Amino acid sequence: MCLGYPGKIIEIHGDYAKVDFGGVIRDNIIISLVDAKVGDYVIVHAGYAIQVLDEREAIETIKLWREILGEVEEV
Amino acid sequence: MNINEVLRSYRDPRLARKLVDKIHYEASKINEKILIMHVCGTHEWTITHYGIRSLLPKNIELRAGPGCPVCITPASDIDNVVKLTIEEGVIAMAYGDVSRAKGSKGLSLDDARSFGGNVRIVYSIQDAVNIALNDKENEYLFFGVGFDTTAPATAYMVLKGIPENLTILSSYRYVPPAVGAVLSMEDIKIDAVICPGHSSTVTGMKPYKKYFDQFKKPMVFAGFEPIDVLIAVYMILKQLTTGDVKMENEYTRSVTWDGNVKAMKTIYKVFNLVDGIWRGLGLVRDSAFEFKNEYRGVNARFKYDIEEPKLDVEFPSGCRCADVIKGKILPIECPLYMKACTPERPIGPCMVSIEGTCRIWYEHNITREVFDYDW
Amino acid sequence: MTGEVIKMLHGAGGRYMSRFIKEHILRYLNWSSTEVSLSSLDDSSVVNNVVFTCDSYTVKPIFFPGGDIGKLAVAGTINDILMIGGMPRALSLALIIEEGFPISDLDRILESISNTAREAGVPVITGDTKVVERGSLDKIIVNTAGVGVRHPHLDHNIEVVREYRRDFNSRWLLDSNIKPGDKIIINGFIGDHAIALLSVREGFSFKVDVVSDVAPLIEPMNEVLRVGGVVAAKDPTRGGLANLLNEWVEKSNVGIRIYEERIPIRDSVRNACEYLGLDPLELGNEGKMVIAVVPDMADEVLKALRSTKLGANAEIIGEATDRFKHVVMETLIGGRRVIPPPIGDPVPRIC
Repeated sequence: MCLGYPGKIIEIHGDYAKVDFGGVIRDNIIISLVDAKVGDYVIVHAGYAIQVLDEREAIETIKLWREILGEVEEV
Repeated sequence: MNINEVLRSYRDPRLARKLVDKIHYEASKINEKILIMHVCGTHEWTITHYGIRSLLPKNIELRAGPGCPVCITPASDIDNVVKLTIEEGVIAMAYGDVSRAKGSKGLSLDDARSFGGNVRIVYSIQDAVNIALNDKENEYLFFGVGFDTTAPATAYMVLKGIPENLTILSSYRYVPPAVGAVLSMEDIKIDAVICPGHSSTVTGMKPYKKYFDQFKKPMVFAGFEPIDVLIAVYMILKQLTTGDVKMENEYTRSVTWDGNVKAMKTIYKVFNLVDGIWRGLGLVRDSAFEFKNEYRGVNARFKYDIEEPKLDVEFPSGCRCADVIKGKILPIECPLYMKACTPERPIGPCMVSIEGTCRIWYEHNITREVFDYDW
Repeated sequence: MTGEVIKMLHGAGGRYMSRFIKEHILRYLNWSSTEVSLSSLDDSSVVNNVVFTCDSYTVKPIFFPGGDIGKLAVAGTINDILMIGGMPRALSLALIIEEGFPISDLDRILESISNTAREAGVPVITGDTKVVERGSLDKIIVNTAGVGVRHPHLDHNIEVVREYRRDFNSRWLLDSNIKPGDKIIINGFIGDHAIALLSVREGFSFKVDVVSDVAPLIEPMNEVLRVGGVVAAKDPTRGGLANLLNEWVEKSNVGIRIYEERIPIRDSVRNACEYLGLDPLELGNEGKMVIAVVPDMADEVLKALRSTKLGANAEIIGEATDRFKHVVMETLIGGRRVIPPPIGDPVPRIC
């Protein structure tokens, strides 16, 4: 099943990365199909990183929705 | 704001309430029933698990289409792997769900064990490679089931080099044409599509353009958190009420127009795109990944002379999986659901796979009574 | 039916096991009636005012983060006595050991049993040891039985219940005592034990910083009974909260509504569950208790529970209702979903 949330890259060893999913640490994630560095958040599916999370995009999008929905801007 | 706060927002009850209000408001402007189809088992899981249907207005229906890779794997591919493991002593490797899906003769890889077949459950292609590497005496076959989300990892491992005693049977499928296929179904009118989140992270939104141009239905690419799905529904309704129908991206933190170009290039180094059988759906043009001729060395179809899947009797008699997969009926409309067909004694693949609609509904105890209940 | 054999599901603590117990165990053994008897299938039974229970422990691995089979064997049985309103007084200890099992490991287990029992004030006063040939058994199985008396605060607790429910006439904390409106309270985080076990099992390649919650619940139970108003108590072991609440629905003939937001769960456990595709509601816990309290006393009971070490993260997670006869959860986003009795605990050999 698709894991909905991203993990943070802790280490990279060649083709493989160690990724932290909010306290669950996984070794052996294939990292070669994205351009990622340690500290990036990646979306992982079937043991490989399919995308680097666009953090700026993520923050901008949720802020926009909060505005549209009339939520108070949270700093 | 940091990334953890962002991710928590996608489960924020207050945001959800506001979205639900807005959804009800938009829906009240629409006089008819709207059918929104998604094509991803994980979307169905999120929808069912968070009780999203219980929040939607009565005239908006969310329905699952062909989004479960195990469910749409051709019965003949399953039959062939079962046969190889029993008759030729090939050790089959597959994900847990895949091993329980039954072929056209009612036999799964798991069942094959009782007939002397050797089957190992693996969690990834890396696992499969390691196992074959450590056991040169035996011939291994990895049953490659999945969509374009899963295919790149396999393609990548093939490029790196896999052991000689390992071949792969590719049942990998390309999703965009399936969306075209469901939109062109005549006996069910789909008003909008929630496009998959991770499959399109890999493929990009671009391949869907031709189906959008052809059918002109709202297409929103959504993530898997409950708020992602609610936003997608809201986006669709806004498109319908304003008449401004388009392809929209809700899952901007992951999906882009071009997708993961590296991953797609990797797929096409190793695979060709050919016409493919989707169990339950039928033949879909240019929707299957088969190994290129130069990789016939890793191709199980070549090594064991396995025929291409054919349009044959796909399901046991009485099984309505084909209609569930197409989204023509709901699990509760299948006479076998929860009675003769349960996860412990599944008849069709929709009850086997964790991405299968019937299994997801069963595990959340969606009976007719619960489905119709006025919360 | 000829040829049918026992499967792992029969011991998995969900509806499969439940049906099996009714169709086989009760069929043969349900011929006697004591104050709380076998057929009530509660945490313990009562005969001549003596609370009596037993459990076998097959947990794997035998040493895990936060505990071991010894600590578990003592805590589990003590808790079963507490859950019916008993005060544990003594334990028996039966060991079945595989030939070749290291004596140093056995000593480690015995020391753990001793420490847990001593701290709880419940001695092991009788026991048995058996050894079987190598290969007949997976290392060791431990069985403990426990006897107890009426908890000293139980009568007071029931008096408080009666102030708000005149017709309450049960002498013990039974699964069948719950009425619509009763509040459901849990003493802390769910899923710790199961995730701690999984993180050290073979074939699960993930690491997580969680330890088992295994512990005798004497202090929290003392506190809640001292305040009073508790009508039922149960520990969510095999099959987790989902199994427990469904048993209450069945035995009390009520519906139960719970709120996902209020269920205490650690972030790391939640993430591990999502990662592994597990539902935290179905996971076994070994240091948790769920109590049903008359609504007027719920806040006071909660406060008392929160003042204990094992109840610091207690929450009111829901209430009983007569609107339906299911367990229904209001999800994080306000949707509704029915929580069915689990087929079985998704993690085998958890206790």
